[in-house]
Formats: sequence, structure tokens, C-alpha cells
Amino acid sequence: MVLGTYKEVVAARSTDKQIQKIAQDGGIVSGLFCYALDEKLIDGAVVAGPTDVMWKPEPMVAMSSDEILAAAGTKYTFSPNVWMLKKAVRQYGLEKVGTVAIPCQSMGIRKMQSYPFGVRFLADKIALMLGIFCMENFPYESLRTFISEKAGVDFDLVEKMDIGKGKFWIQTADQLLSIPLKETHGYEQNGCKICLDYVAELADVSTGSVGTPDGWSTVFVRTDAGETIFKQAVEAGVIETKPMDDVKPGLGLLEKLATDKKTKAMKVIDERKAMGLPVPFKGSAEKEDPLANV
Amino acid sequence: MSILARIKSFFGMEAKPDKNASQEEVEKVAEEKAKPRIGYIHLSGCTGDGMSLTENYDILAPLLTEMVDIVYGQTLVDLWEMPEMDIALVEGSCCLQDEHSLHELKEVREKAGLVVAFGSCAATGCFTRYSRGGQQAQPNHESFVPIADLVKVDLAIPGCPPSPEIIAKTVVAAINGDMDYLQPMMDLAGYTEACGCDLQSKVVNQALCIGCGTCAMACQTRALSMTNGRPELNSDRCVKCGICYVQCPRSWWPAERINQDLGL
Repeated sequence: MVLGTYKEVVAARSTDKQIQKIAQDGGIVSGLFCYALDEKLIDGAVVAGPTDVMWKPEPMVAMSSDEILAAAGTKYTFSPNVWMLKKAVRQYGLEKVGTVAIPCQSMGIRKMQSYPFGVRFLADKIALMLGIFCMENFPYESLRTFISEKAGVDFDLVEKMDIGKGKFWIQTADQLLSIPLKETHGYEQNGCKICLDYVAELADVSTGSVGTPDGWSTVFVRTDAGETIFKQAVEAGVIETKPMDDVKPGLGLLEKLATDKKTKAMKVIDERKAMGLPVPFKGSAEKEDPLANV
Repeated sequence: MSILARIKSFFGMEAKPDKNASQEEVEKVAEEKAKPRIGYIHLSGCTGDGMSLTENYDILAPLLTEMVDIVYGQTLVDLWEMPEMDIALVEGSCCLQDEHSLHELKEVREKAGLVVAFGSCAATGCFTRYSRGGQQAQPNHESFVPIADLVKVDLAIPGCPPSPEIIAKTVVAAINGDMDYLQPMMDLAGYTEACGCDLQSKVVNQALCIGCGTCAMACQTRALSMTNGRPELNSDRCVKCGICYVQCPRSWWPAERINQDLGL
């Protein structure tokens, strides 16, 4: 269960050439949002949009495919998308909202839906939550420091960042640089260290690069709502899929990374409890499945 | 469909099928239970919490006529003597200079099975925490405290106001005896000193913040924004309702309920 509950897992990618070109991996988030917008399954989507400062995203409400595509690609720093959900409903007047969320954001949204203490008329308007795999997140200054100081690249020249094969990759117009992940450790935000969710276990559909070859993504279909939209998109030919068993490195690598993240987090959780520091999660001794996100 | 089933499906609270009893049996039991006797006690608050309750348009009529008995309430029931009640919803904080409020609160505790701090004024004091007296019509009314400072509170439903949805979900859970759902409200009965600055002291200072933005989304007075991935409080706008910290995924984590609600 280190990968959460799911109905189906497949390797998938967007069939749209333009999305393939700009996407981080298989373009699943961009492809599904564009499809859901076209089919009016959502009225808009909260995404991490670009700002005047390179690689410093801000949450934005995307109302068209163009706006979705402008926000494509992973940014390895904060974009408090949950904040923008209320604006999407109150100021943009959306009835069916899509949002992309990393695991901690999906936890904030799901808690709000189950216990909407002070949140009026929003819980039932989240029509599609696309989760992305996440090992950790970096403060903007951390990211800038290790790219400009450790890799020696001007931050503004970076065209794409990626994590894979044990390295942090930095792509500029004319070169591909990498920093071993060991050297980025210590730069991540501290709150990530107790996080027990690697594969966005609470999203409708969750996706990420790990498990599939370049240009493809691993996709978990989790909820009924996620299943309906994903199936429609595949049937419409917007997304193409392959069985996970047919691709390398496959689910084994995901299971390993998810187990590693959870095991490390449980150690920190137990240490914090021993020190008397607050933790919202149960300690190892208090739960049946030591790696469950509870 | 029965009233209870309609309400449950409206709020996405359908019982998962095929446990032990069939769903119909569960509903039958629920409907045969005596209707809970509910009282509404209004202390120092703005009536917004009660208004939020009435915003459950789709279910309000069946709720009031078929699911509960409102047995006491200043503007709701023509009755001077406070009767015995199963549940008392107390709106507003209690003014220490107002003998009548103090007396009424103590009487509520004696007459009610469950005392609910309904809304943030009752639960945390909320904006009445800023009172310094000197206002009309009672210049000496200056000290307002959450009701848990004076009597034992069983459940707290913070919010300024609490959302119509949480009110309906709580009522349904109370009628069904769904104590798992109510557990966080029982825990929150002890959270009486709230402030937007709790995010800094209880989350950021404790190495728990992950910059998700849920607090800023939840803030009902737009006192919070996100700067460099951390909440930033405009204390001039904060009413000390506690909602930001209550909704934070790093304050408490209802994992089982969320999985159940999502069908995972």
C-alpha cells in the first residue's frame, strides 16, 4: 500500500505534439486539463503559473488551454495553489474547479472537504484534482542557491529542471548540467521531512515521471471522478496508454522510492514525538501499517 | 429516498454499502430514533452562526420539521423556562459583566446533555477578544470569554461563521451517533486561545509548514496571504477565529475519514 489505493496504474502520455514538446514528462496534467476544459468537465483550473521572476511561480486560475500550456512544466518551489481555490470560486465564479496539487496540498484540500469548518460552498466544487509525485520541495532561495552556486548557471538561463536517476538536472539552451541529489539535501524545506505521501495518494488521478521512460508518465487512477475523466480522455485519443508491465523501470522503482520516503519520515515522526514536538501523524507504535499516511 | 439519505447524499456522506446491516436498515434505525431536542442560546455574537445554519436551504425544512425538535431559543420558541435539552448550541462569547449571560450559560450546562460552542465567538472568543468596553449601551461590558472558560464544553464548531456544510454534517453525525466524525470537534473544545499568529508559533516555528496555502484559503477575513511559501498575517484584519489553524493539514489529520469520504 505504499502507493496508496488505486483502481488502475498505467504508463501514459499526451498525444498532442505541442504538449509533448513543452511538458515535464508525459504531459498528463496539461493534457487532462485541456481536455476537461474543452469538454466543459471543469470551468477552469488552478495551476502554478509563470510570473515576472523566472522559476518563481504563483497560483493562477487558467480558463483556457493556452493558459494551461503557459503553466506547463515542473517548478521545484512553492506555489500555494490551495490559496487560489477560493478565488476561483468566489471571484471567477467557477462551479467546477480543477486543480493540480502536490501531496501536501491535496491533504489540505481533502481535509477541507471532509471538515469544511470555515470554508463555505467550496468543498463540492473541486471537480478534478490531479496530484503529482513529490519527494520534497525547495524554498525559492534554496533553488537559486544550488543552481547558481553549485551548478554555476545563471538562474535566468535555465530552461528546464528535472529530478531523476539520483540527480537534479538543469537544462539551458546549450548545455545539460546535473547536481547529485546528495548535494541538494539540506536545501529542502523542513516540513517535507514528516510527509508520508510520495505519490499523491488522495488525488483523483496522480502522475509523475518515476516508473516510466522519458516522455511518458506513470498514472494512478484513484477515485470514481478521476476514473471517469481519465477514461474519457483515453477514449477521445487525447491520452495514450501502455500497461505498466511493458515499461521500464516500472512500478518496482516507485515502490522503492515511496517506501524510502515513508520510512525516513516515520523515523523523523518518532524522533519528534520523543522530543515532545507536535506532529499531526501517528507514531510507529500507534498504527497497524507503519507506512500508512495516517 | 428517506430524508436522512437525501441529506447524506447531498453532502456526499453516503454510508458505504454492504457492511453488516443494509443501508435501508441503518436509515430505518436512524429514523426511528427519537428526534434530538435542540436549544439555541444566543450570547455575545452577531447572529451570523445562526444565519449560516439557515443557509442549508435544501435541507432546512426537513431538518427542522422531521429530524430535530427545536425546544428553546430566544427568537425561535415562545418559552421562558429553559427545558431539558439533548443538545444546546451556544452562539457568542460570554460577557463577564453580564449577570444574565453568566446565569444562562450555567443553566445551559445543567439542562443540556451536550453543550456545543457554536461558532468562533463561543469557541475562541473570536473578535470579541478585542473588546475593551466603553461602548453603548453598556459601557462596563468589556470582558468577553469563550464559553469553555466558564463551563465544560463538549464540542466546538469554530468558524466565523461555521460553513453551512459543517453544520449539516455535524447534525447528521450527531443524529447517527457517528462519534468518529465528531472527535475533532471534541478535541477543538480545548482550543480557546486562537489567533492567526498560531500559524507562526504552532506550524512554522515547529518545522511543520509546507506552504500549501490552505490557511490563506480558509481565512474568512482575508487576513492571510502567502509570501515566499509561508503564511503572512495582517493582524489588523485577524478576528482570532482560529479557522486558519483548524484547517491546516499539519494541525490535525483525519486520515480515516478522508479515505472513507473518497471511497479509498
